[in-house]
Amino acid sequence: MNQALGAGASDVPFRQSNTILEVRGLKVQRGGRTVLEVEHLAVEQGEVLAVIGPNGAGKSTLLLALARLLRPSLGQIFFHNRPLEALSDLAYRRRIGLVLQEPLLLSGSAFTNVAAGLRFRRLPRAEARRRAEQWLARLGIRHLRDRPARLLSGGEAQRVSLARAFALQPELLLLDEPFGALDPPTRNRLQIDFQTLRAATGVTTVFVTHDLDEALLLGDRVAILLEGRLRQAGSPQQVFNAPADGGVAAFVGVETVVAGRVAANMEGRLLVEITPGGQQLEAVGELEVGRQVLFCLRPEDVTLWPQGKAHPSSARNRLAGRIVRLAPQGLLVRVEVDSGFPLTALVTRASAEEMGLAEGMLVAAAFKASAAHLIPRA
Amino acid sequence: MHLILEGIRQAVLLLLRGDREVWQITLLSLQVSGAATGISLLLGLPLGTWLAFGRFPGRAFLLSLVNTGMALPPVVVGLWVAIVLWRSGPLGDLGLIYTPAAIVIAQTVIAAPVVTGLTVAALQALDPRLQHQLLGLGASRLQMVLALWREARLPLLAALMAGFGSVISEVGASMMVGGNIRGQTRVLTTAIVLETGKGNFAPAIALGLLLLALAYLVNLALTWFQQRGTRR
Repeated sequence: MNQALGAGASDVPFRQSNTILEVRGLKVQRGGRTVLEVEHLAVEQGEVLAVIGPNGAGKSTLLLALARLLRPSLGQIFFHNRPLEALSDLAYRRRIGLVLQEPLLLSGSAFTNVAAGLRFRRLPRAEARRRAEQWLARLGIRHLRDRPARLLSGGEAQRVSLARAFALQPELLLLDEPFGALDPPTRNRLQIDFQTLRAATGVTTVFVTHDLDEALLLGDRVAILLEGRLRQAGSPQQVFNAPADGGVAAFVGVETVVAGRVAANMEGRLLVEITPGGQQLEAVGELEVGRQVLFCLRPEDVTLWPQGKAHPSSARNRLAGRIVRLAPQGLLVRVEVDSGFPLTALVTRASAEEMGLAEGMLVAAAFKASAAHLIPRA
Repeated sequence: MHLILEGIRQAVLLLLRGDREVWQITLLSLQVSGAATGISLLLGLPLGTWLAFGRFPGRAFLLSLVNTGMALPPVVVGLWVAIVLWRSGPLGDLGLIYTPAAIVIAQTVIAAPVVTGLTVAALQALDPRLQHQLLGLGASRLQMVLALWREARLPLLAALMAGFGSVISEVGASMMVGGNIRGQTRVLTTAIVLETGKGNFAPAIALGLLLLALAYLVNLALTWFQQRGTRR
C-alpha cells in the first residue's frame, strides 16, 4: 500500500457520504502487462481533481475506466458509494459528461452538437433547445450557433465540446486533456472560462493533463500518475512540497534529489548526511537517526552568490560549489552547481547578470532547512 | 463508319418513337437492379457495421470473405444461383428459375459483398474515438450506430452507388438465371447481347445509350444527394 494515497480528506470515514466516485484496487491489463494500477482514489462531491502525469502514464486509460468505456481487469469503482455494476452502462453514462482532447464534433451546426447528448436522452425538444442555447451563450459562442461544426477553429470547437458536456448537467464531468491541443492564448482564455463555469455549476470534475501549471490552476487536488501507477493524491501543497517518492519529486519539478542518511535528530531539526559528498545539511521533520532518505530541494528555493562575498542570507544550509551549466529560461536562468552532488538553482536573469554568473565560477549556495523535503526510503 | 452513323441515327429514332418494348426492358432493369441494391443495403449495412466495430473470433476471416466477394465473377454467381434454383435443384420447387426474382437473387449475391465491404471501409475511416465520445454523451448502442452512419453517410452513399453500378451493368448472371425471355426477364444488358449477336446494331446501340443514361441518372441523383450532405 502506498501510504501517501491516504493523504487528503478522502480517507476520513465520516466524510464518506460526500464521496461521489471511489476507485479501489483498480488494475487494467493489456496483453498480460499492467498499464494502469490505482490502489485507491476518491473524488469528493464538488471538487476538481487534476490527474497529472507524462504522456503514456495511463491517464487516458484511467479516464476511460472512470467513464466506463473500458473494463478494468481487476478492482472496483463506486459511484455514490455503490458499485458501478449496480447501474447499467447507459444509466451511468447518462449521469456523467465526457470531453476529450479532440473536440470530435458531429456533422451539423454548433447548436446540433451542443444538443446531441440531450437528444440522446430524449429531452423534450423545447427544453433541449433552451439548454443548448443557454450553454452556447455561457461559453461565449452564441454567434456560432448555426455555423457548421467543421468550419469552427480548434478553440471554438473545444468550446462547443465543453458546452455539449455542460448542457447535460452531469453529476460528474470527465475531461481528457481538454485544452491540450490548443495554442497558448486560446488555451489560457478557455481555461479561465472553464474555471468560471465549473465554479458556477459546482460540478464534480476529474480532468487529466500533462501540464503542471494547468493542474495547479484548475485542480483543488492533484493526483500523480507515473508509469501506470497512481503514486500520490492530495492538495497541490502536499504533492509539491512533500512528494511521496523520487518519481513524483522529479515529476513535480523538485530537481535536486540526492540520497542521504539522518545523522542526528534535534527536536525536529534533522541533520542529514548526504551520501555522495558527506556534507551535513539541516532539514525539518520527524525521522529516526540512521534512516535512509532522499533529500529533495526545489530550484527556486536555492539562492546563489559569488564565493568570497558576504551574503545576508539567514538560511541554515550553506554549500560551496562550481557552476557546471547555465541554461536561460525566459526571465530565469537555471544554474547547475556541482557542490559534491548536483544542485540546481533558479535565479532571475537580472541577478545572474549582476553577479556575473558564468560556467566554471565558484559560488556559494544557501537554502532554508524548511525548504528541504525528505522522503524516507524503505 | 456508315454502320456506326446509321446505327446511331436509327437508335435515336427508336428512342424518340418511344418503343414500348424498349421502355419495358428499361423499367425491368431498373426494378431488378434497384431491388437487388436495396436488399444488399439492408444486408450489407448491418453486416458491415458489425464487421467494422465488432471484436469476435473469425472476424478477419469473414472480412477476407467479403473482400473476395466484392470481386465475384457474375457468371460464377449465375452458375450457382441457377443450380440452386434449377427445377431439380434444392430450391427448384419455388419455381423461380427464369423469373425476375431469380435475377434479383443473383444480383443481390453480386452487390451485397460490394455494399458490405465498402460499408466496413466507410465506418473504419471514422475516428475510432468518436465511439467513445458518443457513448460518453449518453448514446445507447443503437443511437451510437445511427450517429456513426450519419457521420459516414457520404462514403456509405458511395457504397450504394458502387453496388448499383455492379449489377445494372452485369450480364452473365442475368442471362443464366433469367433466360433473357422477351417480355419477362429481358433486361438491358441481355437485350444488348442478343441484338448484337443478331447483327441488329441499331437497337443494340439504343439500349446501350439507355443503359448509360440510366447509370448516369441514378448516380447523378445519388451524387446530388451526397454533395448536398457535404454542405450541411
